[in-house]
Amino acid sequence: MAVTNGAIAAPPPVRSGRMRTALRGRGGAVPTLPLVGPSVVLLLLWSLVPLAMTLWFSFRRYNLLNPIIHGFAGWNNYRFLFQDPALVSSLIVTVILVAAVLAITVGLGAVLAAVFETGFPGRGIARVLMISPFFVMPTVSALIWKNLLMNPVNGLFAWILRGVGLPAFDWFATAPLASIIMIVSWEWLPFAFLILMTSLQSLDEEIIEAARLDGAGSVAMFRYIQVPHLGRSISVVVMVETIFLLGIFAEIYVTTAGGPGVATTNLAFLIYQRALLAFNVGSASAAGVIAIVLANIVAIFLINTVAKRLDV
Amino acid sequence: MRTWLRLATAAVFVICANAARAETITIATVNNNDMIVMQQLASHWEQQTGNKINWVVLEENVLRQRVTTDIATGGGQFDVMTIGSYEAPIWGKQKWLLPLDDFPKNYDYDDIFKSVRDALSSEGHLWAVPFYAESSFLMYRTDLFSKAGLTMPAQPTWTEVEGFARKLTDRAHQQYGICLRGKPGWGENMALIDTMVNTFGGRWFNDKWQPQLNTPPWHDAVTFYVNLLRAAGPPGASSNGFNENLALFSTGHCAMWIDATVAAGFVSDPKKSQVVGKVGFAPAPIAKVPNGNHWFWAWALAVPKSSHKAAVAKSFLQWATSADYLKLVAQTNGWVVVPPGTRKSIYDNPQYLAAAPFAKQVEHAIETADLAHPTAQPVPYTGIQYVAIPEFQAIGTTVGQLMAAALTGQSTVDQALAQAQTQVKSAMDQAGYTQ
Amino acid sequence: MKPRDKQFHPVAATVAWLAALLMFFPIFWMVFASFKTESEAIQTPPVLVFHPTLENYRDIFSRADYPLFAWNSTLISLAATAIMLAVAVPAAFAMAFYPTKRTRGTLLWMLSTKMLPAVGVLMPIYLIAKQTGLLDSRIALILIYMLSNLPIGVWMLFTFFRETPKAIIEQSRIDGAGVWDSIVHVLLPLGLPGIASTALLSIILCWNEAFWSLNLSAHDAAPLTAFIASFSAPEGLFWAKLSAAATLATVPILLFGWFSQRQLVRGLTFGAVK
Repeated sequence: MAVTNGAIAAPPPVRSGRMRTALRGRGGAVPTLPLVGPSVVLLLLWSLVPLAMTLWFSFRRYNLLNPIIHGFAGWNNYRFLFQDPALVSSLIVTVILVAAVLAITVGLGAVLAAVFETGFPGRGIARVLMISPFFVMPTVSALIWKNLLMNPVNGLFAWILRGVGLPAFDWFATAPLASIIMIVSWEWLPFAFLILMTSLQSLDEEIIEAARLDGAGSVAMFRYIQVPHLGRSISVVVMVETIFLLGIFAEIYVTTAGGPGVATTNLAFLIYQRALLAFNVGSASAAGVIAIVLANIVAIFLINTVAKRLDV
Repeated sequence: MRTWLRLATAAVFVICANAARAETITIATVNNNDMIVMQQLASHWEQQTGNKINWVVLEENVLRQRVTTDIATGGGQFDVMTIGSYEAPIWGKQKWLLPLDDFPKNYDYDDIFKSVRDALSSEGHLWAVPFYAESSFLMYRTDLFSKAGLTMPAQPTWTEVEGFARKLTDRAHQQYGICLRGKPGWGENMALIDTMVNTFGGRWFNDKWQPQLNTPPWHDAVTFYVNLLRAAGPPGASSNGFNENLALFSTGHCAMWIDATVAAGFVSDPKKSQVVGKVGFAPAPIAKVPNGNHWFWAWALAVPKSSHKAAVAKSFLQWATSADYLKLVAQTNGWVVVPPGTRKSIYDNPQYLAAAPFAKQVEHAIETADLAHPTAQPVPYTGIQYVAIPEFQAIGTTVGQLMAAALTGQSTVDQALAQAQTQVKSAMDQAGYTQ
Repeated sequence: MKPRDKQFHPVAATVAWLAALLMFFPIFWMVFASFKTESEAIQTPPVLVFHPTLENYRDIFSRADYPLFAWNSTLISLAATAIMLAVAVPAAFAMAFYPTKRTRGTLLWMLSTKMLPAVGVLMPIYLIAKQTGLLDSRIALILIYMLSNLPIGVWMLFTFFRETPKAIIEQSRIDGAGVWDSIVHVLLPLGLPGIASTALLSIILCWNEAFWSLNLSAHDAAPLTAFIASFSAPEGLFWAKLSAAATLATVPILLFGWFSQRQLVRGLTFGAVK
């Protein structure tokens, strides 16, 4: 690890408990409770109260539009939900959506980050253009994509395809989930790109020079030098993106409304259908509990694999 | 000195009295054209009464969700809500709305079409006053028809319409015989499919609330719909709702379009449509029976029970749905923009008829829309293109998704209907309808 | 260490520019459409040469109180982010420099609080908001956004602080500085780029959040997301007007992001040398 000229030497990141104690120094242990306390208390209230209410509602018959229905429902809400074929398919759609967008954004993000690493005129402007999609509201993005670009009669893509003699492609009928993945990837690629690109910038010049002198071409450089360096930042990207991708809703709602069939209904959309179309709070709460369980499984998985790289 | 004091006291009283009368009400409304005009013209009412309005203007789905959440929880966020003929009877029955039968005589309830008043009433009370109403009919390109030597009969049948559509489809030039709704939604594709099912002799539920989606009329209607759109419809039909089809029709891509009567105003507006002057209108097609071939929808204004400013809210309602308001719109924006379908008096007005040549067709469609007898066989529900039960939003959307799947070929019609039948039955069981 | 002059790779440059233009194109197309009339916006073949008009923007300004919406969005985003940082920085500080065996579990749990789909808890939150009189108030949105972004904030700050050499903090403590002093006077200046980038992410997330903002606001607290919802999908052609509304809603945050992306770039250097 290179050393800055003068100033302070950076010690390696803390790993073992003994080292931690050794580094605590004469300043003494810091009382961490009052520092971490506020965050924990706030999040506790924020998560516990709705969680408790959700759990409560999931065991009751509660339909907002039909107040006559009330009372204890036992496991009925869950039973109906598990019997519903839409539940399993929504879980599958959720997983496919998250996995595909992660793969595309991280993969393309890494490649583009490497490409942008090479100097070229106007790099600053190109970078600014690259990150723009992240600032647009998801609803607006989806509407623009659906109507102005992907529409098979009026859209720009159709016009281009017709211009080269191909028939227009009906995106949302033939490949609905792929179309949504495309839109969501477009929205999140800037985030991955930005994080990965700045991480690459910190890659030591000497290592690159040494590799080049050894005769490494661009691809080999990418594979053996740049990607390993990106390990940490890829972890951050994966964690943050997963949190948001699990709850993608607006893009689906605006373009396909969960269809055709249940091809694009993910868990969030399923809950929406229960909660805000049927106003069946009982059933929606049950689906919400299932979502929490799923999310916790994902979180544990993420922490144990990805977050290890972050030395947690 | 004492005179000064008396005058000052009097002045204070007057100011306080006026200040006490000036209220601010919050109105939630859809962002449709007619409501935007209402928003602009409301300054007249504000000046007359000294009250102020806070507007909450949202797109239909968001509005419905927002307003339903609020009224079901007694949130009290809104003093006036814009609701449809679907919600009005249901919410009225739940006693969430204030009855609106007590307007003064000059409001002229009888001037409002009876079918419209009935649609917004339940249990003997009127729960919402209509702002505008619509039905559905068939719009077609007179130029394309005469070029192909075809004539539209006075009451077309679906078979005739299919024949026309096939003849007028020219995919190489992006001309499609017919454009129909295909986007999943209880108020999108299901609105149209429900009218088709009705006129093919079907119904949603029998009088024991058992779903009928596995009966022959449903099979016939949906098969016909799918085949027609596949043969003569535009690509991407399964994502097309009202707006997308309007875009297609007004840019000249559709030879025929069956949809809401409000579309007539749009396609006749030279600023928005490229087919002005080339559009003819005919009643919606029938198949086996004439019942329920065209739908009915009204946007209406209602006052939730949780409002603290009911008197002011009602005063606004009276103003916005009165015959005078219609005349005001005509004066400021022109006759063609007047909100259609509510009062008989404008349909007798020669100026309106001159500006809107489709007016008589619209009037006929609305007057003949029979919400109480939407189907050939008796049914326990009201509603032509929807079923006026709270569960319908979810049921209709689920079935709509399955219909879209049948349209795109993801499943066959029979598979889709079988699944729909199971889902609807499960939902109705859960909700406690099926005895 | 300043990078030496890099070799110019024409292939890489082409790919990079192509990618950048493709990514920006839909936004460009949207802004382009905002200057067309409604029928021009949906015409095929797409209209590339036309007479630009400001009618969409005029309509929007006459119909909706854009300044109020923009002010609400700005206020809510900035306040929520500020409060979130005030709570997250100490927490991340403690967890990064003085981790205990519970740190991992706490971080995991914080992450999981973000995973409950908002749609499922709308009713409970709406009822709570109604009881506390916080419906249609900016405070409610600020609180909710602060709580929603807190886990992300803690995580990202934690990762940045991990990169900061602990010796500097230790040195200040040895020199007798209290905990708050070391945070405010030592950590903040060092970690400013990381904090700035966390702040930027939080602001963007608040700006574009379209679920709570629509359901908990009516008129007084309505942010730009409600502004967009009032121009979206009415009965009739609307894409030109929506493009204009979207342009008005996106331009402030886009400009802010463009100008502050340098901070972002400086802040996101992982394992970088200071």
